[in-house]
Amino acid sequence: MKKILIVFAHPSFELSRVHKQLISVANQVKNVTINDIYQKYFDYDIDIEHEKKLLEQNDIIIWQHPFYWYSCPPLMKEWIDLVLEHGWAYGNQGRSLEGKWLFNTISSGGSFDAYTKEGLNKYSIRELIPPFEQTARLCRMTYLPPFIVHGTHKLENNEIKEYADNYKLLLDGLTNEKFSLNDLNNKYYLNDLFSN
Amino acid sequence: MENSFFFQAFIYLLSAVVMVPIAKKLGLGSVLGYLLAGIIIGPSLLGFIGQEGEDIMHFAEFGVVMMLFLIGLELEPELLWKLRKSILGMGGLQVILTALITGIAAFIIGLQWNQSVAIGLILAMSSTAIVMQTLNEKGLFKTDSGQSSFSVLLFQDIAVIPILALMPLLVISKITGSVDSNQHHSETLVSTLPGWLQTIAVLGAVAFVIFLGRLIAPPIFRAIAKTRLRELFTATALLLVIGITVLMTQVGLSPALGTFLAGVVLANSEYRHELESDIEPFKGLLLGLFFIAVGASIDFNLISNSPLTIVSLVLGIMAIKLLVLFIIGKLFKMSLDQNFLFSIGLCQIGEFAFVLLSFTSQEGIFDDQITKTMMAVVAITMGITPLLMLINEKFILTRVGTTEKPDEKEDDKFEEKNPVIIAGFGRFGNIIGRFLNANGIKTTVLDIDSDRVELLRKMGIKVYYGDASRYDLLKSAGAESAKVIIVCLDSAEKNLEIVDTVKKHYPHLHILVRAHDRFDAYDLLDAGMLHIYRETLDTSMRTAVDAMKLLGFRAFKADRLARKFLKHDDKILKDLASVRNDNNKYIDTVRERNNEMEEIIKADIHNKDLRQDDSWDAETLREEVRNNKFN
Repeated sequence: MKKILIVFAHPSFELSRVHKQLISVANQVKNVTINDIYQKYFDYDIDIEHEKKLLEQNDIIIWQHPFYWYSCPPLMKEWIDLVLEHGWAYGNQGRSLEGKWLFNTISSGGSFDAYTKEGLNKYSIRELIPPFEQTARLCRMTYLPPFIVHGTHKLENNEIKEYADNYKLLLDGLTNEKFSLNDLNNKYYLNDLFSN
Repeated sequence: MENSFFFQAFIYLLSAVVMVPIAKKLGLGSVLGYLLAGIIIGPSLLGFIGQEGEDIMHFAEFGVVMMLFLIGLELEPELLWKLRKSILGMGGLQVILTALITGIAAFIIGLQWNQSVAIGLILAMSSTAIVMQTLNEKGLFKTDSGQSSFSVLLFQDIAVIPILALMPLLVISKITGSVDSNQHHSETLVSTLPGWLQTIAVLGAVAFVIFLGRLIAPPIFRAIAKTRLRELFTATALLLVIGITVLMTQVGLSPALGTFLAGVVLANSEYRHELESDIEPFKGLLLGLFFIAVGASIDFNLISNSPLTIVSLVLGIMAIKLLVLFIIGKLFKMSLDQNFLFSIGLCQIGEFAFVLLSFTSQEGIFDDQITKTMMAVVAITMGITPLLMLINEKFILTRVGTTEKPDEKEDDKFEEKNPVIIAGFGRFGNIIGRFLNANGIKTTVLDIDSDRVELLRKMGIKVYYGDASRYDLLKSAGAESAKVIIVCLDSAEKNLEIVDTVKKHYPHLHILVRAHDRFDAYDLLDAGMLHIYRETLDTSMRTAVDAMKLLGFRAFKADRLARKFLKHDDKILKDLASVRNDNNKYIDTVRERNNEMEEIIKADIHNKDLRQDDSWDAETLREEVRNNKFN
């Protein structure tokens, strides 16, 4: 049994169709804790000690957020800046997160094709998120491929539901240790665990 | 002279009102102005006042007593303890050396040995009144020379006691007949007691003054403050000073020393600033009167009869005093310019000499001729001190080079120097004070509620009792060096009053002011305030935000909407304030207030922006994507 913490950052969750469904299914999985930071820290006053304790209590961390300007919303950056303290998360003595798994769950308005060399965004999402990967590395965590929801503006509700179902399977499998590290790392997106 | 009291008062006040501003304008300082006023109305020139000048001088010496009380108030006991070295060292050396040298000189001139001792001791004194007034006026009190001068003067005040006790012993040849050597010139309660009982009485009186300042006075002031009658508080303050004066005179101590002691004891009390500003005007007037009397008492006839004697005495005495002071300054490692300020400042003979001279002449130590000559010499040295200091400032110091700029040194020894003044420590101000203090920002708090002041002081917070709309109280609270004043009394009118006072006297201060409601805020806007805080605004908004959250709104969204609304409300406030000004109409009635409320609510409804927060959800973007125009 592995415990999962979703650090969820969305400044206008009330308007999001994708994340509403993703969070809703995540809520149904045992051993998953949803940490809704825009609700908790709407005033940007992050309780660092509390957040550190949450991280220590879980084995798998997920940063779930919309993809704003090729990155995360600002409060999540703030969260990273403040919570991942030197001497606790990284540095010679900072080993509290060592060995934990981490990945991003990202919703993006652009389609998969838009994130190709020929597309509007030129770079793939995997090419754009190395800052997160390196953050995990510095904290001695294992960084996994991301779970991505593409083309959100055009998605119909039933299409979103498909993503949500897969997300549920993913969380379920992770907490029940159904996937080996190899299985996971071999995928381009974690979504691919369930395609075909 | 059959002049009525009022005519006399008229003459004194008129001469001061005319001469002092002229003297100030010419850069001569107020002391010289008063002295000149005295000379002009005195017997030698206009003759408006005659011999009664001396009586007035004795009366006006009470100004010195008040001044020492005020000095005491500004000196907390710990600080006095810090100054002990310079008080004992510099003061002791100065009195002993000066007395010794001038005494020997007198003996050489041909006085008897007992007269020489008396002269030496009399000449060792300097003038607290002139020196302190001048130092304060020039802002030099806090400099090295200022503190040293003060130390020496304080030691002299203390030394007066043993000197007075010594004088009767100097009577060996009784010139004026049968004066009992054990009897003082004036009857006091203890003068008939045996010596050891006198000592006990003296010690008892000192202990009583300390006891009075520590334990009796504060609760009395508290009770008086509760009546909220300002004049009664002033009366109580005067009662304290005069009461101590009476007590000290009865046991044969210097009243100045007694009130100084009371001042020091009260320096830690919450009523310090209020006492300061209550006594200050009396002190100023009395000292002025004193200087006028000194000016009037200069006997120009005597001077013109034997000019050479007088001039050489004045010059000789001042030279000796100056030299002694200068050497002491060197010994205590004063810089050259500070030493000049110090030694030239203190080289006159002080007002105690008048007391001591009349005492010694009554004891029969001196004959009339010597007494009169010395009186003239003392008055002249006092008169030319301000002139000498002026010369020193204009000609000597400019050559010595490093003139100390007044008030340049950071030194909180004598005054509050906190960057923030909080006027009003009620439900509004206390939160501000707590927050600032918690973050290490020093605040001076003024409050008018005596119960609260007492409670807060018990908890170790520096709170002072007083009406913050008073210019003088603000001054003693350090308004001149503060950066920010936060005005948050419960009374809106009082707040406006403070704002006016601060704008007038301390334009450099940032004013942050509490407003009770919109209408209060309008008045403050009219007064030109930039930082206005309506007291219920933020709390109401937080309540509304929490209500929205409980209804299921996202916290982040509700918070953003609230902030937006606050800005909108502020804009409306300013818009309506300008309209109000145009019509020059004040909204007082409930109906008019309701009308305005209606207008405001309408403005809220028409402002669709207030409900929109679409930064993260651009419908336009979605539109483009759906129509395949954006890829």
